Amino acid sequence: MAIERLELFEVFIRSKRGLDHKHVGSLHAEDNEQALEYARDVYTRRSEGVSIWVIKSADICASQEDDSESFFDPSDDKPYRHATYYPLPKEIRNM
Amino acid sequence: MIQTNTIQDLITYTVRLGDDSIIFGHRLSEWVSHGPFLEEDIALGNVALDFLGHARMYYSYAADLTNKENSSKIETTEDDFAFLRDEREFQNHLIHELPRGNFAETVVRQLLVDNYNKYHFAALKASKDETLAAIAEKAAKEVSYHCRRSKEWTLRLGDGTQESHEKIQAALEGMWGYTHELFEQDDVEHRLIEAGIGVNSNDFKDKWLADIEAIIEQATLTLPTTDWAVRGGRKGYHTENLGHLLTEMQFVYRSFPDAKW
Repeated sequence: MAIERLELFEVFIRSKRGLDHKHVGSLHAEDNEQALEYARDVYTRRSEGVSIWVIKSADICASQEDDSESFFDPSDDKPYRHATYYPLPKEIRNM
Repeated sequence: MIQTNTIQDLITYTVRLGDDSIIFGHRLSEWVSHGPFLEEDIALGNVALDFLGHARMYYSYAADLTNKENSSKIETTEDDFAFLRDEREFQNHLIHELPRGNFAETVVRQLLVDNYNKYHFAALKASKDETLAAIAEKAAKEVSYHCRRSKEWTLRLGDGTQESHEKIQAALEGMWGYTHELFEQDDVEHRLIEAGIGVNSNDFKDKWLADIEAIIEQATLTLPTTDWAVRGGRKGYHTENLGHLLTEMQFVYRSFPDAKW
């Protein structure tokens, strides 16, 4: 099986019940089932997880580096979107 | 109270099961850094380690039993079984020592042995010997994962390209004659089966065959009809391959007997 025919998958692992799945890395596999088995072998050898998700990297819709100005810069000059922008009344000691 | 001769049988039996595991694990470990691609390389290494783990459990138990029986001051350890015995003293079934071969040969060998182990451990769980039953309990979980892997690969190769189909069919033909001795027991094993300690593999031969047939059919392969069998492992008669394997496996231990990490 030629490695160039394998697809790239992203692997997400939930370390404990109640926590979120976290991205841990990627791997090559032929299909979903094989990707899941390899994720088990490659990323959970030291009992890191209770649940695994795999997804084809090609299926992820991601923001591009080029878009970062239009996506993220506009919020830089809007400090009122942060709670810290607002002075607290004296009566409130803890928040 | 278990009779002394039963204990001797039990030691022999436990060491044999350890031999099956260590030789198989070592063979599989030969793939490490030679796997077809990184992910599969790691997966093969994991499975090899599972078998080495089984071997350690069997050998440590055999060492404990030997020390209890033996009044001599020199203690037997698991390492003595693994590294200080010669070819004729190993009593593994021959299928475990066959050369690594190509990837299709490894896949077929795993398929045949994993499915055998599935039933072997299920039966061993019910052993009257508590330690063997506990080993089986632990190993059975790993074996279900092994079965899943070897089935998937058999389907992938059998129902894959023309070349992969031919290679795995050829591997199956070449391996089939080594499966028969898996289902035969000698006097030692018969006595332990009587005592409720050992596993009678003949009991699950039909189930094993049905499983293999189903997978092989699904993989568009055909079951070999050739009528040949090689046997002798439990008597210590081996193929020419075991000697070479042992030289490599035992070399470091024998060169530096007291070496510590």
